[in-house]
Amino acid sequence: MKNKDEVIVCRCADVKLSEIQELIKDGCTTLDEIKRLSRACMGQCQGKTCRNLIMQELSKAQSVSIEEIKPSRFRPPVVTISLGSLAEEDSHEK
Amino acid sequence: MRIDCDVLIIGGGPAGLCAARSLLGTGLKVLILERDPFLGGQLLKQTHMFFGSKEQYAGTRGFEIGQILTREVQASPNITVMLETVASGYYPEENFILALEKEKKLYQVYFKKVIVATGASEKSLLFEGNDLPGIYGAGAVQTLMNMYGVMPGKDIIMIGSGNIGLIVSYQLLQAGVKVKAILEAAPTVGGYFVHAAKVSRMGIPIFTQTTVKRALGRNALEGVEIVSLDSKWQYVPGTERKWPCDTLCLAVGLSPMSELLWQFQCEMRYVSELGGYVAKRNPFMQTTHPDVYIAGDVSGVEEASSAMLEGTIAGFAVSKALHKMLDSVDQVIQNSQTFLDEMHVGTIGEKIRNGLAKVEVDVCL
Repeated sequence: MKNKDEVIVCRCADVKLSEIQELIKDGCTTLDEIKRLSRACMGQCQGKTCRNLIMQELSKAQSVSIEEIKPSRFRPPVVTISLGSLAEEDSHEK
Repeated sequence: MRIDCDVLIIGGGPAGLCAARSLLGTGLKVLILERDPFLGGQLLKQTHMFFGSKEQYAGTRGFEIGQILTREVQASPNITVMLETVASGYYPEENFILALEKEKKLYQVYFKKVIVATGASEKSLLFEGNDLPGIYGAGAVQTLMNMYGVMPGKDIIMIGSGNIGLIVSYQLLQAGVKVKAILEAAPTVGGYFVHAAKVSRMGIPIFTQTTVKRALGRNALEGVEIVSLDSKWQYVPGTERKWPCDTLCLAVGLSPMSELLWQFQCEMRYVSELGGYVAKRNPFMQTTHPDVYIAGDVSGVEEASSAMLEGTIAGFAVSKALHKMLDSVDQVIQNSQTFLDEMHVGTIGEKIRNGLAKVEVDVCL
């Protein structure tokens, strides 16, 4: 089992495959739940790498096709924006 | 700061550039947002000659097509380009796209129609040690090698025998990198025969029903353990073997970057054949949101030739929708649709055809 720990699913938040599988075993059935509990999909790349991999794990666990997995919300912004940029924009508006 | 335009094009790759070119001379105020410091997108990494017809630049190398399109667009008075600028989100209450320039300056971009041509991102693979330095996506290898002249490694194993895996293997050989083997999980080679034949002639073996099980090495990649797969894609016990290498390249597919389309509340569907979530669209590349059009890999992962055709269709369709059409608009759209259909014929186009059938709808312009 130690070996599995070295499989990285989310590179931004350093989430391992064993952690995702543990969450699924504990009853997570959607990407949203896994996101909130593990922080996978919530880093710099906003899930561009790990979203598909986690959906694959969910589809395997539920024995359904990946098309049937409920998608998570895609809120803006889709890239990181520094607080400084937002503050500057805000001061322009006033 | 506020910016107003008639047509906003998100992404300056093959699809976005062809969309912009279709709007030349319409008098419409067109704005292109491009994330990179230059236009051209993936075309700039493509050193091989294109197929198809004269209209599709057959016989011209990809990066040269990128340069031709860039020149045409830059010479046009009605098209503005913002480089190093990312469309960071769509805000429906105010109906603008928030653009971030050089990771610093924010703009609220207002538009009448938007063409989303954001492209796709690389997929990854789960195996032990998959975060070791020396493991790259094929796009990263192409960027390093073809754009910045940096060799990614000396001794490489390629995962994936789709067109990208095959073409990048060939480019690595040209750059003087030893390509040990191409591994393919499926029972057959994924890419075009011409590309597979080319790498085979150069002596690169392609192993089907084979994948990487483990990356070996402590601080950087030193080798891989590969394994054979059965017809149910499961490891065949006892077939593991270890091969030394300093680089592993993953060419395991692309996934459309469709976040903005979700924010526009376009009707979306996961279509494996097209790489992931794509928006439903009519033959004019218009989504279920009447002001939102799509083109290129974000509408379903294919190749640059189809991206250019889709961009052309979307551009002309938008000019028609804004009543700024040129006389020939219907004919041009129809021609591009015919070319696109021709790309999808036969067994090679079957997968794409099946995928498209799941997202094509009849919404009227």
